[in-house]
Amino acid sequence: MIPIAWYLVLSGILFSIGVAAFLIKRNIITVFMSIELMLNAVNLSFVAFSRNWSQITGHLQVSGQIFVFFVMVVAAAEAAVGLAIIIAVFRARNTLNVDQVDLMKL
Amino acid sequence: MHLALFIIFGALCMAGALNLLFQRHPINSALSLIVVMSSLAVLYLLLGAEFLAAAQVIVYSGAIMVLFTFVIMLLNAGEEQRTHGSKMAYFAGVPGAAILVSLLTFIFLSNRGNFAEARIGDYIASTGDLSRVLFRDLLLPFEVTSVLILIAILGAVALARKEH
Repeated sequence: MIPIAWYLVLSGILFSIGVAAFLIKRNIITVFMSIELMLNAVNLSFVAFSRNWSQITGHLQVSGQIFVFFVMVVAAAEAAVGLAIIIAVFRARNTLNVDQVDLMKL
Repeated sequence: MHLALFIIFGALCMAGALNLLFQRHPINSALSLIVVMSSLAVLYLLLGAEFLAAAQVIVYSGAIMVLFTFVIMLLNAGEEQRTHGSKMAYFAGVPGAAILVSLLTFIFLSNRGNFAEARIGDYIASTGDLSRVLFRDLLLPFEVTSVLILIAILGAVALARKEH
């Protein structure tokens, strides 16, 4: 028997590590990977809440898992487009460092 | 059994995520992200989400991470260099993330009484249960996502194509 709160705590820890990696990392690909890590952490909390609701209502509830399914679909599309953008940025700038891609910075 | 599996794979998740944070080379970060995603698939299995565990392995650790490693090798990404911005981000990011994790942990653990306790083997959502909701109540959103994927493929091809 495991309290579902533990799963949520694990999800919170993973999300925070993702936030820290997003802020600290300077390589554009690693920054993108930390976004995927945050998406995964939220997916875990969706599955945990789905299980929690199932246990509270007494019969199977799958809405949370459907949410995760849609998140996965959107994440796949996002990864394809994002990596294409990274390739385009690398072609234009010849660098992967986010500090050197600052044309829109004031 | 459940507790042991949760601790092993939860620790593996956290170790992989921390390794992603501390490694300097993007390919090492990508490989540790694969560890995180595969252990998350086991945690989904423990929570009774069979289909999602399989989809997590196929879509995330398979397709998406292959795409990532492919791009890393294609762009020949080397070690990232430390810059002024990264030092600033250290001072802002590490305490911010620490505050976030302690706040979330406090909230979840102080409301522990509102959450149920999961036992392994209960409430297993089969693919049939999922598809009954997905193809009956949510048919339109499901079809819209296929259009989204199609547009994403076209966009990826258009963006990554070499300009003449």
